[in-house]
Order: sequence, then C-alpha cells, then structure tokens
Amino acid sequence: MKYIDEFRDGALARQLAAAIAAEVMGGRPYRFMEFCGGHTHTISRYGLTDLLPDAIRMIHGPGCPVCVLPIGRIDQAIRLALEQRVILCSYGDCLRVPASGGLSLLKAKAQGADVRIVYAVTDALELARRNPDRQVVFLAIGFETTTPPTAVAVRQAEAEGLANFSLLCNHVLTPPAMHAILDHPAGTRLDGFVGPAHVSTVIGSRPYEPFAREYGKPVVIAGFEPLDVLQAILMLVRQTNSGRAEVENEFVRAVTPEGNRKAQALMDEVFELRDSFEWRGLGTLPRSALKLRPRFAALDAEARFGVEYVAVPDNKACECGAILRGEKRPAECRIFGSACTPDHPVGACMVSAEGACAAHYTYGRFRSV
Amino acid sequence: MKLDLRHGRVEMNHGSGGRAMAELIEQLFAKALSNDYLAQGDDGAVLPAMSGRLVMSTDSHVVSPLFFPGGDIGSLAVHGTVNDVAVMGAKPLYLAASFILEEGFPLADLQRIVESMARAAAAADVLVVTGDTKVVEKGKGDGVFITTTSVGVARDGVELSGNRARPGDKILLSGTIGDHGMAILSQREGLSFKAPIVSDSAPLNGLIECMLDSGAQLRALRDPTRGGLATTLNELATQSGVGMRLDEAAIPVKPVVAAACEFLGLDPAYLANEGKLIAICAPADAEPLLNAMRRHPFGREAAIVGEVVEDRHRFVQMTTPMGGRRILDWLSGEPLPRIC
Repeated sequence: MKYIDEFRDGALARQLAAAIAAEVMGGRPYRFMEFCGGHTHTISRYGLTDLLPDAIRMIHGPGCPVCVLPIGRIDQAIRLALEQRVILCSYGDCLRVPASGGLSLLKAKAQGADVRIVYAVTDALELARRNPDRQVVFLAIGFETTTPPTAVAVRQAEAEGLANFSLLCNHVLTPPAMHAILDHPAGTRLDGFVGPAHVSTVIGSRPYEPFAREYGKPVVIAGFEPLDVLQAILMLVRQTNSGRAEVENEFVRAVTPEGNRKAQALMDEVFELRDSFEWRGLGTLPRSALKLRPRFAALDAEARFGVEYVAVPDNKACECGAILRGEKRPAECRIFGSACTPDHPVGACMVSAEGACAAHYTYGRFRSV
Repeated sequence: MKLDLRHGRVEMNHGSGGRAMAELIEQLFAKALSNDYLAQGDDGAVLPAMSGRLVMSTDSHVVSPLFFPGGDIGSLAVHGTVNDVAVMGAKPLYLAASFILEEGFPLADLQRIVESMARAAAAADVLVVTGDTKVVEKGKGDGVFITTTSVGVARDGVELSGNRARPGDKILLSGTIGDHGMAILSQREGLSFKAPIVSDSAPLNGLIECMLDSGAQLRALRDPTRGGLATTLNELATQSGVGMRLDEAAIPVKPVVAAACEFLGLDPAYLANEGKLIAICAPADAEPLLNAMRRHPFGREAAIVGEVVEDRHRFVQMTTPMGGRRILDWLSGEPLPRIC
C-alpha cells in the first residue's frame, strides 16, 4: 500500500493542479480524452475534475470492455447458458449487462442457467477440471490487458486435453478504437489522449505513434493513480501549448516502447484478427478484435455450439456513440439518470462502473443537477 | 440415546418433532444456552413484565463460510440482532433463535456454533429464551441458517430515528470500516495475508450505553452492515431529507483491509461491518461524544467523519484526499452475497 499511497498524495496533487492552472493559456479550451475506463474511474473517484481549470475538459473514452460489448454478444452467452446448459463463466461486471428480451446473465441465472462469476480465466479452467461431465464456457472479454491470460488458459486447456472447456472470444484491440474515434464522420474535436495504462504495458508505446504523426494528436501514456493522471494532463497541456504532437510516457515504471514481447508472442500464437467486430457505441470496426487461430478452433464456443452472432440494435434513445466521441456529455442524454441508471442500465456507457455515464452518475452527478 | 457429537450428523428426524428432536434440543441447544426461561420447555417463553417502550428486531443469517476469523454464524446471529435493537437506544434483553439445518450437517460443527452463540449472548448480556429447529433435505440448505429475534427496552427520553438528522449535525463512526466484509471475502477467495483479516463482529449495546450516558444529543444510530457505510449513510440522508459531506481522509480503514480492497477492486465503504455504528449528533456534542466512544473498547478508533448539510437531492458527498469532491452513492448491484 505504501507504494500506492505515494501516487495518491493530496499535497502533491494540489501542486500539480497549480502547475496545470499556470500553464493553461487564456481563452483556449483543451479537450482531452482518457481512453481507458480505469482513468475515467480515477478521475471520478478522486474528484479530479475539481482540481482542473474550467478550460480543460476530460472526455471519457470507450476503453471499458464491458461497455463496448454489444447486446448480441451477451445474447450468445445467455443462449449457451440457457439452451446448451453449459456452465457459463463470466467476470462479475458482465452479469447485469442488459441483453435482448429483457434478459441479462443475472436474470438467466435466476431462470436456472448455470452462470458463475470468476475473477480470472484460471477459475474457469479449474471449473472445467472439476466438472468433466459438463461443458464450461469462458466469456472472454477485454482489451490487450486480459488477452494474454486468456491465451495462457487456451494453451493450458490444449495441453491438458480439457475437452469440456471453450471460449466465447470477445477480445478487442485498443488502436482500432482510437482510429474509429478520430475517423468518425461526425468529427471529433480532441486535443490529445491520455493513453492506456495496463494495455500499454502489453503493447508498448509504439502503436500510438500514428495518432501523433498522422492525426497530430498528442498521446501521453499514464498510470491509473490520481497523480499519474494529473501529471499526464500537465504533459498534454504543455504539448498542446507548444504545438507538439508526440507520444510521451508518464507510466515509465511499467511501460516500455516495445511492451511485453512475451505476452505479445502468446497473443499472436493463440489469436488472429477478426475481419470485423461490432462495438457497442462505435459500430462495426474492421480488424478490431481477435478470434482463436485455426489450431485452437476446437476451443471456440461459437463453433462448438453453433451460436451465431446476431446483431441487435441499441436502444434508440441512447446517446452512447456521441458520448463516447465526446460530442455529448452524459447528462445531455435524455434518458440519463431517469430511464438509464447503474441499477437499470440501458446504454453501453451506463453498464459498467468504468463507463462514462456510470462514472458520472455514481460519483459526479451533483455537478449536473 | 446420547447424541454422537463427534461424528454424528443432522438427520431428517432431528426436525420431525419426535424423540430425536427432543434429544438434539436437550443435549445440544438447551445445554449450551441454558437459562430459566428456556428450561420452562413450553411452546413460548413467559417473560416478566417490562416497563417502558419495547423495541423488537429480527434478522436472518446465511453467512458463507459459516466459520470465519473473528466469529461464526452463531456469534454473528447474536450480534446482528442485538445491535439492531441497541441502535434504537434500547437495552436488548431476550433473543429468540430459529435454526434451519441441512440434513448431513456435522453435529460437531453445530455444537461449535451453538456454543459460540451462547458465549456471544452472555457477553452481550442477553438470554436466548425460545427457539425452533427445522431440518431440510440435503442439498436444500447450506449447512445452517439462523434467524434471531431480539426484544429490548428503550431508555426513557431517548428518541432515535434515521429521520432526525438536521443540517449542521455531526456524523461519527465508531471505528474502522470493511473488516467483516473483507474477512469473509478473503476466506472465500482464499486470499492470505501476513495477519489474517478479522471480522469486527461484536455486540454494540455496551458502547451505546456509554454514548447514551454521555448525555450527548443523539439523533440517530445505525450499524452499517450490508451495503456498508455508503449505503447506510444514504439511507439516513433519504430518511431525514438531508445531504451529507464527509471527509474521506477521516474515515478509519485498517491498512490490510485497504490493501485487500485495492487488490480486489473494492471500496471499503461498501463492505459490511458487524461491530461498528454510525452516530449522528448535535454539533456541540460531537467532541464529548467522541471522547465517550473512545473510552469504550469497541469505540477506540472512533472518528468524526463528516456533517449533515441541506440538500434537496439528498446526496452523500465526500471530499477526497486529493481535494476533489465526489458522491458516495448507494451500493449498486450485489457484489458480495451471503456476507451475514
């Protein structure tokens, strides 16, 4: 804890805030997107908005794996649990995600589906070992951070010949989502990105170079602690003021330019790119997600049980797309806080605690009433 | 027949009303919990006349695991109900206990639980005066569920309710938060720390007597069990139609609980407590009340953590150590089932 406390020092936070305020140039706005839900959570949880000058607006990006999972993917998991009677293993956050027909994994569980909350994919492997007469499916979600552990589990299952284990693979990639935000036809006014923390420990800082070089957007990779975020914002303000667009690394204690080669090799061995993948809030993006390589195809639950992905449109009232691109603020959505709350989420951004709307509702809604 | 308390198990006939049930009650329950009222052996306990307002509360206990560092379902079943009566400003006197046992449950474990219950009742100065036992088939329960009901007498002139908080009142907390929830969770998750995390399960009636004796103008007392500090404060704010402002840095959390929360991505403000209370009192009485609390073993780490403010939105807000503000919201969802 001592190690973490150093990054939560209130006095240092106020010093950084003063430095940011001193650097901000009069009259101009600064619009920075923190891509990761982890950063959104830190900003909201520590009330960092109160420490920033009004000129700086933080836009909460789509980097929350639960939020970007489309309804159709949860439908698949529910079908596996209800119709194929598998043991469906999921991280706790996915359980309340609303699916078609008023269902969620939690409601399916109440109807008799065998849905188990796991903390890690290794728990799912253990369930498969202990229940040799049952099919065990792991609902794999997440960006590059959670992909290497899934890859390890896949290799492990193959090595052990665990014939009753399979994967509903929904692993997605960070850079394509950043491209999608910048390329959106509606346009996105952004002055820079607070770059991912844990994702970057795996992929390194190099994959962000195109955003600086081709789009002219500064990227500062930052850790998830409050002082990390404030320091990154200061670095972004300085780049913006001097007209620079570079990839800088605030999170040097964990991120290198090339990232974790071993983890990358594992991912590459087990997974390959999907041609396209539908993201909640961002639409269908080419080459933005992963599937199992043919060598491991036997472990693909979609194929094993023949559950096709069927796209389901989001609720029409949802402004998730515009919120994720920073065009709208959560409170500007008609159903925010009324029809759509963390207990009854309608849209993607309200689904997980790290989503833009859920974070604003849970920690900051006093600012918009 | 003598029960085999070492190797025996609960059987269906232990709940069928016949001789086996009588043996179980006599050799296990009545033996551990003995008192004159229980010894009457009638369908109900006839208690002496009580003067004053009666306070009554009931609570079911389904905690898993049944045994955890700092307690077990037996002691918890006493503390849970005793505390609910005590926070109403009453002295808990009697308990009723109802057991739902699962066929096949080891009698040795049941004996441990009942004996722990007896010790907890003695420490809290309450008598278990009546009870019931039912047995369900194997697979239809999870070892033991215990429901307890407590009756006590409210102290004259003491009116406590969650609807009495007024702007300006101070909010006090009797000690560290999250200990019980994390003790249970670390057992379930198989997390091991250098020193185990111990539940704070304890009877609060002694501490509350000291607080009442201090003469402080108390508005409300409440024990932040399920849903933790955050949820209980929101209940109080809603009931009283007020807002609250807390100072996050003033809220006591044990370093090992904070570390475990960090590890599991949990907030101690949402973890259950079984031996802590929140007190709301008139502003001028906060310091003397705090001193009175700190003199009691269960209030040694008490702290003033915030104040009641006017707010038509009834937000519970917190100033973070960074100097920013945020809402401390109701618990959303149920991340930690079967905590008590």
